[in-house]
Amino acid sequence: MAELARNQAPIPVKPDKEESVSLWKEGWRSFKKNKIALVGAAIVLFFILLAVFAPLLAPYEISEQNLSERLQAPSKEHLFGTDDFGRDILSRVIYGARISLWVGFFSVLGSVVVGSLLGIVAGYYGKWIDAIISRIFDIMLAFPSILLAIGIVAVLGPSLQNALIAIAVINIPNFGRLIRSRVLSIKQEEYIVAARAIGMSDARILFHHILPNSMAPIIVQGTLAIATAIIEAAALGFLGLGAQPPNPEWGTMLASSKDFLTQAPWTMVFPGLAIMLTVLGFNLMGDGLRDALDPRMKS
Amino acid sequence: MFAYTLRRILMVIPVLLGMSLVVFFMIRAIPGNPAQVILGQKATKEAVEALTHKLGLDQPWYVQYVKYLGGLLKGDLGESIRTGTSVSQEIWPYLAATLELSIAAMLIAIVIGVNAGIISAWFQNSWFDYTAMILALVGVSMPIFWLGLMEQWVFAIHLDWLPTSGREEVRNPIEPITHLYLIDTLLQGNTEQFMQVLQHLILPSIALATIPMAIIARITRSSMLEVMKSDYIRTARAKGLSMFWVVYKHSLKNAIIPVLTVIGLQTGLLLGGAILTETIFSWPGIGRYIYEAIGYRDYPVIQSGILVVATIFIFINLVVDLLYAAVDPRIKYN
Repeated sequence: MAELARNQAPIPVKPDKEESVSLWKEGWRSFKKNKIALVGAAIVLFFILLAVFAPLLAPYEISEQNLSERLQAPSKEHLFGTDDFGRDILSRVIYGARISLWVGFFSVLGSVVVGSLLGIVAGYYGKWIDAIISRIFDIMLAFPSILLAIGIVAVLGPSLQNALIAIAVINIPNFGRLIRSRVLSIKQEEYIVAARAIGMSDARILFHHILPNSMAPIIVQGTLAIATAIIEAAALGFLGLGAQPPNPEWGTMLASSKDFLTQAPWTMVFPGLAIMLTVLGFNLMGDGLRDALDPRMKS
Repeated sequence: MFAYTLRRILMVIPVLLGMSLVVFFMIRAIPGNPAQVILGQKATKEAVEALTHKLGLDQPWYVQYVKYLGGLLKGDLGESIRTGTSVSQEIWPYLAATLELSIAAMLIAIVIGVNAGIISAWFQNSWFDYTAMILALVGVSMPIFWLGLMEQWVFAIHLDWLPTSGREEVRNPIEPITHLYLIDTLLQGNTEQFMQVLQHLILPSIALATIPMAIIARITRSSMLEVMKSDYIRTARAKGLSMFWVVYKHSLKNAIIPVLTVIGLQTGLLLGGAILTETIFSWPGIGRYIYEAIGYRDYPVIQSGILVVATIFIFINLVVDLLYAAVDPRIKYN
């Protein structure tokens, strides 16, 4: 009898742990089988490595001007050619990866943190708090996102930092709504009702049970949001509202290439290609993660 | 249906009010004195005070807001600081240019996107399917400002097939009636100018259409695949009905619901994307109007421009929402 009791005792805890481990393991297994998603992950990894090792990989200094070599076509010396100041475009594209990934990652991190907090509070406490927060989300989503970002930057002033803030702000409602709907379904689960019954504090329930159980959709949405954020940052840079010259931001580089389309189209081709490939990588990886981690969201 | 329509229309009111609040506080969120920022550091104290008074910034915010809202209800969108003209008077030509561009882009996106999705679904796993879906994947990730520049380089500069920028031939200006130039030239029976306007429209509308087209193609494909698995479609195919009949008569009507949602959502993206496209192609639309106003710190124009575009977005989504019920009678609203 005593032996039976010993055998039975860990049952309520153990499957819970195993289940949570197997969800991620299962997800990883399924992700590995998805070739398109792996291509996406490889592209993302490639650009991360470019960004990290930029000083080692870039053949020239990014601000090194050489007016005698301005607007040179791609050659052995300058694989991607040179711009109107004679600067090496390859080096600038490599350093540009740092800026784009930095803006993409940190703006999404900001949106996730603020959006999750608001979504959790709205979903968990409900009533008027939910009504207010949900209406704020509705209003923010009523604006075309890039337009709202332009409005925010117009107020704060054009700079890379303000572009990052604007992109973070416009993405808050997407994460807020996602987390709110997760909280609404999770809070009805028996283990949450049980946790409440044994007197667990709201904060503990929210941050130890509800948030960890919402991680999968956050990761999926976050990966796809990085792709959008990179395009938005480049768009703001292109409009002169984001990173300012001589910063080697891809959108800013495209903006300066506009005047040299006839003489030097390479000044436009390579920064654009870099944006497209990075965004494609995050999109493919995000789609793969969605299929692997949340089969219900599968299209 | 009537009750739903009425409730859905009423739901728009708080969102519009909220939007007006956001836009109202936009100018008040400028760090420091907005009048000083608008006029620049060299402005005299008197000029700053005069502008502060003109903009009503010397009154409590709630008084300012009520006045602002009252003005909006009467169609008063404020006065441009740069031109001194009422925004509601000067905004229409810009808005018409954007509408013409956006409608053209949406038509291209829907016609090509829906048909590519249908053919992909019908010939699933064929070379067409793979090519179309790879193109759609690339299309979704395409920065439209880059695509616009590439189009200019290839089709306008290199091949010299189409004009690089603008909306009309500078030497042959159009006499505006509605400011929708395709319609205006048709009304005037001027075929030469109609063709010129069409030529100017091609490159920017294709650039703007790319992302919605890619998304519509993907959604149509997956939606059609789902519908085509159903028994009644299998029966229709077994009966030997032609592809055209099965697809357009039976499948499409049932597969169109998610496509409609996407079309509604993409309109926002399209209106936002119009700003970038208009900048590249010097298209005199509302995006360019707002963009130029940022350069001059013309905040009333920035505010009103954003508000007008967002309001159009809200109404398009409202129409799309109402269309659901018309297309699919299974949808019941509580």
